[in-house]
Amino acid sequence: MRKRTGAGQGDMLQGTLDLLILQSLVLGPAHGHTIAHAIERGSDDVLQVEHGSLYPALHRLEDRGLVASFWGTSENNRKAKYYRLTAAGRKALVVETTRWEQLVHAVGRVLKSATE
Amino acid sequence: MSWTRFFRRSRRDTDLRRELQSYIQIETDENIARGMPPEAARAAAIRKLGNAGRVREDVYLMNTIAPLDMLWRDLRYAARVLRRDKAFAFAAITSLALGIGANTAIFQLLDAIRLRTLPVERPHELVEVRISPDTSRGGRSGSFNGRRPMLTYGIWEQIQQRQQVLSGAFAWSSVRFNTQPGGEAWYVEGLWVSGDFFNVLGVRPIVGRVFSASDDRRGCVDPGAVISHSYWQSAFGGRPDVLRHSVRVNGRQFPVIGVTPPGFFGIDVGRMYDIAVPLCADELLLGQDTRLNRKNGWWLSAAGRLKPGVTPEATRAQLEAVSPAIFEATLPDVYAADERKKYLGFRLTALPAASGVSSIRGDFGDPLVLLLGISGLVLVIACANLANLLLARATAREREIAVRLAIGAGRRRLLGQFIVESALVAFLGAALGVAVAHVLTRVLVAAISSSYVSVFVDLTWNWRMVAFTAGVAGIACLLFGVIPALRATALAPTAALRSGGRGSTASRQRVGLRRALVVTQVALSLVLLMGALLFVRTLYNLTTLDVGFHGKDVVAVQLMHPTLVDTDEQPSAVRRLILERLAALPDLRAAAEVAYPPLGSGGWNENIWVSGSDAKVLANFNQVGSDFFKALGIALVSGRGFGEQDMRGSTRVAVVNDTFVKRFVKDGNAIGRTVRVETGPGQPERKYEVVGVVKDTRYADIRDEIDPLVYLPTSQDDEPGNIMRVVLTPRTSADRIVPAVTRAINDVNPAINLEFTVLERAIQVSLLRERLMAMLSAAFGLLAGLIAAIGLYGLMSYTVARRSNEIGIRLALGAARGRVLRMVLADAGLHVAAGLAIGIALAVAAGRWIQTLLYGLEPSDPATLAGATGLLAIIGLLATLAPALRAARVDPVTALREE
Repeated sequence: MRKRTGAGQGDMLQGTLDLLILQSLVLGPAHGHTIAHAIERGSDDVLQVEHGSLYPALHRLEDRGLVASFWGTSENNRKAKYYRLTAAGRKALVVETTRWEQLVHAVGRVLKSATE
Repeated sequence: MSWTRFFRRSRRDTDLRRELQSYIQIETDENIARGMPPEAARAAAIRKLGNAGRVREDVYLMNTIAPLDMLWRDLRYAARVLRRDKAFAFAAITSLALGIGANTAIFQLLDAIRLRTLPVERPHELVEVRISPDTSRGGRSGSFNGRRPMLTYGIWEQIQQRQQVLSGAFAWSSVRFNTQPGGEAWYVEGLWVSGDFFNVLGVRPIVGRVFSASDDRRGCVDPGAVISHSYWQSAFGGRPDVLRHSVRVNGRQFPVIGVTPPGFFGIDVGRMYDIAVPLCADELLLGQDTRLNRKNGWWLSAAGRLKPGVTPEATRAQLEAVSPAIFEATLPDVYAADERKKYLGFRLTALPAASGVSSIRGDFGDPLVLLLGISGLVLVIACANLANLLLARATAREREIAVRLAIGAGRRRLLGQFIVESALVAFLGAALGVAVAHVLTRVLVAAISSSYVSVFVDLTWNWRMVAFTAGVAGIACLLFGVIPALRATALAPTAALRSGGRGSTASRQRVGLRRALVVTQVALSLVLLMGALLFVRTLYNLTTLDVGFHGKDVVAVQLMHPTLVDTDEQPSAVRRLILERLAALPDLRAAAEVAYPPLGSGGWNENIWVSGSDAKVLANFNQVGSDFFKALGIALVSGRGFGEQDMRGSTRVAVVNDTFVKRFVKDGNAIGRTVRVETGPGQPERKYEVVGVVKDTRYADIRDEIDPLVYLPTSQDDEPGNIMRVVLTPRTSADRIVPAVTRAINDVNPAINLEFTVLERAIQVSLLRERLMAMLSAAFGLLAGLIAAIGLYGLMSYTVARRSNEIGIRLALGAARGRVLRMVLADAGLHVAAGLAIGIALAVAAGRWIQTLLYGLEPSDPATLAGATGLLAIIGLLATLAPALRAARVDPVTALREE
């Protein structure tokens, strides 16, 4: 059996998408469409996500108890599935964000010393 | 990966689908709001979302337990394939069902009579106490009664007193009890038991009570009887007041004191006991003749329960230690010197008895093991056939497989699917096989039962049966499924696609494999056919054996009554009256007294000296009336038979058989010689003058060699007992004379017990094992031959079909049709010949296993081997004829156009 991951296109690191999703939910519950656009816009369209690939990631997060979902009505009256951060999700977001910053910092330092 | 997710996977998929739809709607709305036309807006939304199907698949895979899911899908696919190919499904499932069914049935019987432990408390603690077989060659003579005459009452008493290693011990004797007051006997299965029998076994009564030690004391006056649940049901209709009734055993009433639970059948596997009475009752039935006093009366078996913590070795050691004292104390006075020595050398031992003892185990245990082997081989042949079919199907599915491999299916995935297909077939075959086994075991039990021996075996299923059936099905599945699957998937897709049905390398390998399978089938079939023919000929040899007398229609009747005992100077008046009445019956040609009716499986032998020689030799004995030789048509060779002049008090005379003369009389003239019988100290001398020589006859068992035989006249019998046996030769038929004889004897005294045995029927019964082996092995052998023929037919048909192009070309180029025919026949002949050659070697090698089950021929009997080989060759030829003719009739034009 071949392994497929929901990480989407590009070289987005595994887990990065999860981090972005969690971050996009900090301000309140949102449905998949909103989350996808929020990530795109938030990154000034640098991070191009194939919107479909978001869903396996959401699914995984829900399984891990970091987000919870409910069916609601969208701003233009469409039925949509909303996701919100759980307490565990908030905690994970803090931890993952810190780790990401450390990673960026570390990589940045290495690159800097290499160019010197 | 959790189970809840697994079971909810399809609901979550629906949820996801709705979620994705919702995305598309929202995105479409937004696109329209941006001014796109609705069609384009929707298309753009779908593009933006990407591959929705793949998203769903990804999430589905996350939720499912992939192997399980795949298994389920494979199963459904396999079921579809089977439904589509009904002919294959039918052939495969029925042949497996028959094969697995036969194996399961025979294993079930074997399990029931060999492996099952007794349905009693902690059966593994039970040991049988008996004289060690190593020490007991000879040295036991006297009278033997019951189905397992291992011990005398005296030895049993001694064991009880002296053993210290068993927490409890008991003795029993399994016999038949006559429940009729007089007239023709009606027998039920009886048990003589010591007081502790039920308690030591741990059998609790469901009604009343079972015996305790106090029920079995010497001199008991009014002992009761314990009956089995099945006898309670059949004889008393299960009535609750059974304790107020009594049962009649050999003429005496025994009040019923208790009923044992339904599962308990006794200790003799293969029989269901009906009535049990305590040992002490023997004295009430036989008076001073009781076996309780007879030091050479062998009739009991003994067993006991090991004390906790005592090892079997310690038990054996203790029993051995007390043995000298036990045998010293019980030595029969009538034993002569060397018999004494042997008797005193006996040692007791303890053998595991968790699965009980069995009289049918010895008779049918080994044949059943052999039959299991035979049915196993049949299954192997059937599996080879299935493998063959599957290989043929693999060829037909070559393109399908190639396409699937080409579009990216993994080989393991395909392999898994093929194996699931085989497993499904094996499972269905096994399920149907269980049903077949259910019927077959009952047929087999009925076949080994008879009016003389009712076989009772516990046929409920247990884990061993389930494991066996599952194991057989699994092995079968591996045998027929895996190799074809490996072969089928081992092909390069490009090659298969390119070759377009024209025999790729892989399919050529497959043909090689199919050839090997057919050769194996032929070889194994030959082994089975050979075995079948040997058993059939054994049965034939035995049934057509010259027994030396008019066996057909001879009826033996056994009379039992106290008035037949006589100690006066004159022979019993009742005996003479009975013989006179019988002689007057118009339907009877002759009636003659006999101690042991021929082939009645009873007999007696003694050590003798013949005058003119010092050598002590062993000879069989019988005691017969003066009409005996005439009644059975045994011709006199020289001298005279018995007559009026041979009375008590006159010279003791004897008639001997031909073999006696050949073996013991050097000059061939036996008349006038003296036969002296070895006697114990203090016993009167016994010697007889030979007055006549008669032709040889078979003695006790039809399979026995003819041994020297001495006939003594009943008219010189000093102490006729309460049993009288008469052989009757009817003018009409055996069945007609039974009522007439019954009436005649009833007129003399209605209280006399009668038991009739039609000799011919008794012989048939004694050949039960041979008949069973002949029937089953013939059925299996023919089945094997048939399956092999089908395999050969399939292979040759396939080869001819594949070569029809080539054959067309040959014919077009002028080859004669006869030549083509010969070519195909020669190809088939090669396979058959190879199979036969291997088969002959196997059959000869396997022969020694069945040596003991054969009569009158060797396991490697050349004529039989030639017969089996010839039979299989003919079967092979017939199987090839159709494909060969088809090849010869190939129309070159059609064949070439198909190209």
